[in-house]
Amino acid sequence: MALIEVSRLEKIYADDGVMTPAVRGVTFEVQKGEFVAIMGPSGSGKSTLLHVLGFLDRQTAGSYRFSGKTIDDYSSKELARVRNKEMGFVFQTFNLLARINVLENVKLPLLYSGIKESLWDHMAKEAIEAVGLSHRLEHESAKLSGGEKQRVAIARALVLNPQVIFADEPTGNLDSKSGQAIMETLQHLNEEHGHTVILITHETYTAEHAQRIIHILDGKIDSDEKVDRRRKSNEFSK
Amino acid sequence: MTLKYSFKTALNGLKTHKSRSVLTILGIVIGIMAIILVMSLGQGAQDLILGQIQGQVSSSVIEIAPGRQPKGPTDFLSMFSDSLKQKDLEALMKKSNVPHAEKIMPLVFGSESAVYGSETYQATLYGMTDAAGTMYNVYPGDGRFITEEDVKSYADVVVLGSKVKEELFGNDSAVGQKIKIKGRNFNVVGILASKGQGMIISFDDTVIVPYTTAQRYILGIKYFNHIIIQADSDANVPETVNDIKITLRNSHNITDPAKDDFNVNSQADALKMVSTITDALTLFLAAIATISLLVGGIGIMNIMLVSVTERTREIGLRKALGATESDVLTQFLLEAVILTAIGGIIGIFLGASLSFLTSLVLSNVLATNWAFTFPVGAAILGLGVAALVGLIFGLYPARQASRKSPIEALRYE
Repeated sequence: MALIEVSRLEKIYADDGVMTPAVRGVTFEVQKGEFVAIMGPSGSGKSTLLHVLGFLDRQTAGSYRFSGKTIDDYSSKELARVRNKEMGFVFQTFNLLARINVLENVKLPLLYSGIKESLWDHMAKEAIEAVGLSHRLEHESAKLSGGEKQRVAIARALVLNPQVIFADEPTGNLDSKSGQAIMETLQHLNEEHGHTVILITHETYTAEHAQRIIHILDGKIDSDEKVDRRRKSNEFSK
Repeated sequence: MTLKYSFKTALNGLKTHKSRSVLTILGIVIGIMAIILVMSLGQGAQDLILGQIQGQVSSSVIEIAPGRQPKGPTDFLSMFSDSLKQKDLEALMKKSNVPHAEKIMPLVFGSESAVYGSETYQATLYGMTDAAGTMYNVYPGDGRFITEEDVKSYADVVVLGSKVKEELFGNDSAVGQKIKIKGRNFNVVGILASKGQGMIISFDDTVIVPYTTAQRYILGIKYFNHIIIQADSDANVPETVNDIKITLRNSHNITDPAKDDFNVNSQADALKMVSTITDALTLFLAAIATISLLVGGIGIMNIMLVSVTERTREIGLRKALGATESDVLTQFLLEAVILTAIGGIIGIFLGASLSFLTSLVLSNVLATNWAFTFPVGAAILGLGVAALVGLIFGLYPARQASRKSPIEALRYE
């Protein structure tokens, strides 16, 4: 059974009576453990698609099954639980809480997890270690560099060991070297820890770190192909 | 999310916007402070007034005045009528009529000048009996008080209030000297102990003579201005009041109580009236103070709405990370309640401190025995109201926050 099954999915925004279709009937599946890049130019609907996949928004038409259950079967409370336990989010703009430290930022998903508080520190530190930021635990997140911020965001996405990590242009606000490090981390998580990764990007170069690229154009799938010569982050870091 | 962590989260939220939180708290502080101050000072004033009345006049004292119970401005004229006569006194003195009357004293009064040598002093003149001592708590500091014998023999004796003595005699001894009232010579037999300023009923300014002497030789009247009766116990006061009314109606041939030409007031009635007035005043002031609390509450709502808008992205993020609507609702509601609770506690503390200072100043500067009372009831009420204000005015912004769609919140610029 595929982890993600999307069938003729549509998302239309209605604003003041003006209908703006963003996603116009896409169908695909993502297997557990896959690393998929969704590519497309600005306005192609790729971010909208990610929001629906990440339970942050609901589709207008079509069906979306996550772990074999359709999104319509979830109550808003259950959606919150799935976002918390099964999904991790990495955003282009990091979305860290600026005035609290790295450790507290990574702990955020734990607040809503129902896990005993005594375990939080340990879990958060483990996640921070996985992205190599153990020396920054007490740093206020506003004072970190862009690359470091994104690594904190990845640690936050990882802390509850989710099935799938949604990364929305994670390198978009970073210099190439920091971006490289982020892609390295994502690849590592996918290969070593078996996390399914869904990456949104408009850069071919970044997309080629994935195993498979889905091209979106005007809300429709333009192509869906395996990457022949997959880039390894460390190839370019030197 | 556990309540403990919701609390921490809310506290952190407030800490990151310190100056804003402080300003919001200020509104609540002022509201609660005003309530506590008003309630506490009101209680202090009431205690003072009641204490003075109780301290000076025995609570079993009943006062009979001529004229009916005043019901309008014109009725006050009838207060100066002459309906209380010697035969009434005699009827009241019969044990079979008023069994619980322990002491009965006719009272006449007027304003007269007391003359000693070249000194003249305009004093209030009371015609009393020896019973005044226990009824009004007046005792001579020097010499003696009027005796039963003085009353019977129309004696020309006078007891001076401490101020009258000072004005006429200065530091010289007065007992044994003679003063003139209405051209008649009176022996000074005693000086009253001073009761000090600030008292509501003060005898410092009076000269007291036997009522018989006052009626015949000074005022030239045959009636009494008042008749004062002391019941044998506080518990028998209501019954005695009733007995007095029946006796006087019989004596005056009145069948319809509405046509009474006298009125009977017990000390307990007077106390009740005073506390009703002070209670009403306190409540009125507290109501005004409540308005400032309301303003504080609206201030909280305003700040929380700003806070919700400003933190839209944070709300979106928390929802993306798994916060449910109730998690977000709890967080913002707690923030509002913590704000008001802190404001409430500070307000109670400040209000009580201010009230304490005021009572110190009042008791020292005005030389009254104004006692500070901490209004426990008002404090609990204030804290409750503060928390309620937080809940009510925090609810709307908190709901706004919790209902935001995560993705729209995250996109918010």
